Amino acid sequence: MATETTAAGHVSPESLEAAGICIDAHGGAIGMPQLCFDWFPNQIFWLVVTLVVIFLILSRVALPRIAGILAERQGTITADIAAAEDLKAKAVEAEEAYNRALAEARTEAQRIAGEARAEIQAELDKAIARADAEIAAKSAESEKAIAEIRASALDSIEAVATDTADAIVTALGGKSDAKAISGAVSDRMKG
Amino acid sequence: MATETQAAGQAAEEGAGLVFHPMDQFIVKPLFGGDAVAWYTPTNVTLWMGLAVLAILALLVLSTSRRAIVPSRGQSIAELAYGFVYKMVEDVTGKDGVKYFPYIMTLFMFIVVANFLGLIPGAFTTTSHLAVTVVMALAVFLTVTLLGFYLHGISFLKLFWISAAPLPLRPVLALIELISYFVRPVSHSIRLMGNMMAGHAVMKVFAGFAAIIAIAPVSVLAISAIYALEVLVAFIQAYVFAILTCVYLKDALHPYH
Repeated sequence: MATETTAAGHVSPESLEAAGICIDAHGGAIGMPQLCFDWFPNQIFWLVVTLVVIFLILSRVALPRIAGILAERQGTITADIAAAEDLKAKAVEAEEAYNRALAEARTEAQRIAGEARAEIQAELDKAIARADAEIAAKSAESEKAIAEIRASALDSIEAVATDTADAIVTALGGKSDAKAISGAVSDRMKG
Repeated sequence: MATETQAAGQAAEEGAGLVFHPMDQFIVKPLFGGDAVAWYTPTNVTLWMGLAVLAILALLVLSTSRRAIVPSRGQSIAELAYGFVYKMVEDVTGKDGVKYFPYIMTLFMFIVVANFLGLIPGAFTTTSHLAVTVVMALAVFLTVTLLGFYLHGISFLKLFWISAAPLPLRPVLALIELISYFVRPVSHSIRLMGNMMAGHAVMKVFAGFAAIIAIAPVSVLAISAIYALEVLVAFIQAYVFAILTCVYLKDALHPYH
């Protein structure tokens, strides 16, 4: 075996055979270790073991798990987007409701303002009418008073004219005839 | 003997202060002593593949254990990886290819994690080994070929008979297609293994130069630059492997041009 290598560093043919033609006496490589066919069975065996183990790990555990994670994430993203769209639609709806309420409130306010205006107008009209009526009543009263005053004035004028004419007739020495004087005064008064 | 001259050469190199062992990092060693590497021996291959399994477990299972709707950082990475590969499979192979997604995810996750673990200083890069990439490429090749025949029977061979081409050209094209079809597993595996091996070996070579004090700063800069490139390569090669698998799978699902 290789332990038979002599102390002087000489290589016995047996050790050379045991180590194959791949390693020299100092443990260095001869040529390309890749071409050392003595090692091939070992490498191939362990490669096959390794690949089978990796394949089992991947196909049994890793790949289904990662695929699951990716699918789950995709699902979450899709669900989140759907939820976001839902919320957006709700927001639009809320805005519409708000606008509707606003418009309703505005019409209501206008209606109330109109009503108030009409009410005020009606009261105003009523007050004006009452004032007009009062004014009319008062002017009619005044006119009546004026007419009375005028009538009484005419009466007074007739009496004064009769008296004056009587006095004048008497002063002139005539005999006053009351009936004739009042008739003449009345004629003159009639114009 | 060749080994003796090499040992002498090594001694001379060590004397000069320059030690180049760019390929030593790819040596398969048993974990618990001894030299014999039997097919079942736990080796550094076992260790780093086991670490890859643990990393995938942490990345895709532990980080998603909370199943959060709003993901944590770890869960984001897991979801990103899932989405990235899923979309790739769906885009390339179409809807009916999606059921093969776990297989492609397995390959992609193993390669990308193994590549990045290999970038840890002192790590063993499992994907830089021909045995590893060839097994994966052959598995893809055989699966795709058998699947093609299973789904389409003998008419799967129409894959090689390009009806869009003029009739006289078709036999020639069929030959070319056939050759390119069988070269697929070779290019598929060597592309990944070559990229990983070359990058790591180049880093080791630059690291060897760091022993000379005058060149050391350049060497450190170069290592940083190559490392940055390797970070890119680690991802891109995993992506390339996975997308080529998808393309081959598409040929099996829809062999008619």
